[in-house]
Amino acid sequence: MALSASKLKVGDVHSARLVEDLKRTQIVQYAGASGDYNPLHTDEIFTTQVAGYPSVFAHGMLTMGMTGKMLTDYVGDARLTKYGVRFTSQVWPGDTLDATATVKAINNGLAEFDVSTKNQDGVEVLSGYAEARIDA
Amino acid sequence: MAAKTFPIEAGHILMFARSVGDDNRVYSDADYAKTTEAGGVIAPPTFVQSSAQFDPDYFLRPKVGQPWFGSGKNPTGIVRAPGGGGGGGGGGGLHAEQHYEYHLPLLAGDVLTATTFPGKTWEKEGKRSGKLVFSESVTEYRNQKGELVVTARGVGVRTERPVEQPAKKEEA
Repeated sequence: MALSASKLKVGDVHSARLVEDLKRTQIVQYAGASGDYNPLHTDEIFTTQVAGYPSVFAHGMLTMGMTGKMLTDYVGDARLTKYGVRFTSQVWPGDTLDATATVKAINNGLAEFDVSTKNQDGVEVLSGYAEARIDA
Repeated sequence: MAAKTFPIEAGHILMFARSVGDDNRVYSDADYAKTTEAGGVIAPPTFVQSSAQFDPDYFLRPKVGQPWFGSGKNPTGIVRAPGGGGGGGGGGGLHAEQHYEYHLPLLAGDVLTATTFPGKTWEKEGKRSGKLVFSESVTEYRNQKGELVVTARGVGVRTERPVEQPAKKEEA
């Protein structure tokens, strides 16, 4: 399952659809599993009337978690050594997200990747990097 | 995260993996997981975020007998919503960055101990949300053998006002 250095080259791109038409229920699932019950993510009344946003929005960590699936499907289980992101735009119910990992460097049994997740309008919602152990 | 002890439970991993839409059996099927390189059920890469469940004081969870800022009879349960790391009312806090370093696989059955260190604080003027105040914290998660398993660095941002919506391409 893991990647091998002999078959990988700088510039290779792996992409995956993370979610199509993100449902509020999935955001509720993430709130329950992660323990982050911030009403901004699940409570439409609070979020629109008190916080001043147009609707509830996803936890940044839900996007990072979904993007993590793209990475682990690509590099293999328990192979990541680093994974870091900036949340560059909010993710809303109804969004469709696609993520890509682009090989940036390969050396000493490690591969580095640029990571990016975009919504259906092409707006980047997450920007980051990852590093994984690869086979020879 | 101020969770002192964080038991890595298989059922919790299952729920967490489901919530991020990850159906990889290495997170849910112990027999299958034994046959993989991981050698057992492991936790997904962002799982340690759920250590919040084991933090008795985590401020983004309603607590018995205490006011909660989400809606009930009224749009908010308290007059002034709290802000901070994860968020709050008005121009409250948002999660700006999250970084992980993985030192060892995180296996179901491990028991982690978390130690959090405060990091830097800095300010920036944002186009869509006024003054931004960033603050960083670093958490080290060690297993029952005292081995460092995951290092997590989070950056929260408090905004002066809610992030404006139309110009989605700029940074929050």
